[in-house]
Amino acid sequence: MPEAVLTGSDDPAISARGLVRTFGSNRAVDGVDLGVNAGEIYGFLGPNGAGKSTTVRMLCTLLKPTAGQATVAGHDVVDRPGEVRIRIGVALQEAALDERQTGREILDLQARLYGLSAADRAASIARAVDLADIGDAMDARVKTYSGGMKRRLDLAASLIHGPEVLFLDEPTTGLDPVSRAQVWDEVRRLNSELGVTVFLTTQYLEEADALADRVAIIDGGRIVEEGSPSELKRAVGADVIVVNLPPDAIAGAATVAETVPVVDAVTQGRRGITIATADGAAAVSSVAVALSGAGIHPQSLTVRTPSLDDVFLLATGYRMSAVDPAADGGGAAPGSGSRAVAPGSGGP
Amino acid sequence: MSTQSGAAGAAGGGMVRPVGIVTDIATVARRSVRSLLREPEAMAPALIIPTFFFIVNIGALESFVERSPGIDYRAFQIPVAIIFAVTGISRASVLVIDIQTGYLDRMLVTPVRRTTLLLGMMVADVVLALALSLVVVAMGFVAGVRFETGLLGILLFLGLAVAWSLAFTGFPYTVALRTGNPAAVNSSFLIFFPFAFLTPAYLPRELMTGWMQTVAAWNPVTYLLEGMRSLLSDGWQAAAIGKASAAIGGLALVTFVMAFRSLARRVATG
Repeated sequence: MPEAVLTGSDDPAISARGLVRTFGSNRAVDGVDLGVNAGEIYGFLGPNGAGKSTTVRMLCTLLKPTAGQATVAGHDVVDRPGEVRIRIGVALQEAALDERQTGREILDLQARLYGLSAADRAASIARAVDLADIGDAMDARVKTYSGGMKRRLDLAASLIHGPEVLFLDEPTTGLDPVSRAQVWDEVRRLNSELGVTVFLTTQYLEEADALADRVAIIDGGRIVEEGSPSELKRAVGADVIVVNLPPDAIAGAATVAETVPVVDAVTQGRRGITIATADGAAAVSSVAVALSGAGIHPQSLTVRTPSLDDVFLLATGYRMSAVDPAADGGGAAPGSGSRAVAPGSGGP
Repeated sequence: MSTQSGAAGAAGGGMVRPVGIVTDIATVARRSVRSLLREPEAMAPALIIPTFFFIVNIGALESFVERSPGIDYRAFQIPVAIIFAVTGISRASVLVIDIQTGYLDRMLVTPVRRTTLLLGMMVADVVLALALSLVVVAMGFVAGVRFETGLLGILLFLGLAVAWSLAFTGFPYTVALRTGNPAAVNSSFLIFFPFAFLTPAYLPRELMTGWMQTVAAWNPVTYLLEGMRSLLSDGWQAAAIGKASAAIGGLALVTFVMAFRSLARRVATG
């Protein structure tokens, strides 16, 4: 291990350098570097197809990297997959459970697959039954479960052997809001009470914001930003001004807005522009006056605090959420400040 | 480089330990046998088809074939019924669902030995093949069939049937692992037909003619049927049993190499 820095108690729970995975000519993961500290909840945020699951599958020993190197719980994922496997718990996308077995049988099978002795098995299953908290359903076939119950059982099963690192691949995709909140509570509790390091992929901005100590934003197989949610949002600016515009006015409005002194960055979208600024209250009137002076009349003009979506927009030039009025899916024009996130955002 | 807190640390789970291959097989087999017992209805076709053919074949051909001296056509048809019952049964349909749902991945992120994922399912196949064979043999007894070789012959007869069934499972498992496609697994049943029918299933080989006789001479099922029939009607015939065993061994060699290579490819992380 040429560049191993795994010494003492500062051992990262997960570390990856230059991780690449190609499928044919498609570079699904294109040079990912990351370090996750023990005891941390690390959010891996990105849209569908960004390379989240491929990265998780490499870290979980299910897929070999095309290039690069990664260690999980102190062991190389390629050279020592067996050592990694006994130290990690994994809940992959869409709770993968055998529908013809009962919840208890699935937990028992899982405990046996890890080679737990009979006594350990009984204790682990009892703990997992508590954790899943699905009551009498534990002895019913999984095919009778709701989506939320499956998720909870899946989570309990992935923890049966007391892993150091837990991988959760989109743990709440497809869940209703109540079930989602339950999973969030569970993840927080596992992390705070049991000290499990959690690596969580998600396409939900609010999930990364609510759960993660640190977030990496991945797009096109590369990490484009990394830091704590508050750091990342602060780096966008204190405030964001969202200007809704007719399509033909967008480019002109961006040019005008960039000339306003208190404006830090302007990003164009399909339905308007997004302006990052240190002082929204002061800037909004200047922007309105400048636009008006140029003969541009916004449909609306809104000031708010930045979200992770704004971080994403500034890093990639488009929004993850398709619902924001100002900019979605439209690529930013080159030179319009789409990479204007300030230094100190903890990026790689 | 040692671990930070030991696998037992974080969530307070039990100590993870390396286990033997037999334990891994038992773990996978436990699940497979349990799911088998939960779907007894899946056994119905495997019993209805051989029973149907047994009754029809005897009704149609018994008096005709028994004009040749020394043939007890009911005993002659019992091995055919067993081949119809046990050929092509497997847990491949479950395996393909495991692949599709991601449950196979869930098992692959555990330290379980990869080969046992298939071997454990094959244990369930053996259980099912034995159960089906016992039913068919019982049907034979009801029809008045007796074994010249006694109890030991019955046990060997069952052993050949189960071994044949197991050797054949390599085909559907290969299809399941290569394609991950349930429809393809269902279609793999088609390979049963040439194996089962291009044989002396209806008439002894010496009464067959032309290309059928030639093809039958190359079909391993021919030697399986003749070996099993010898146990019923002729007493202990080492050559016949030897050829039947060789036919099974040859098929097993081919199908197991295919199936386990397909498994290796499916679980390969590259």
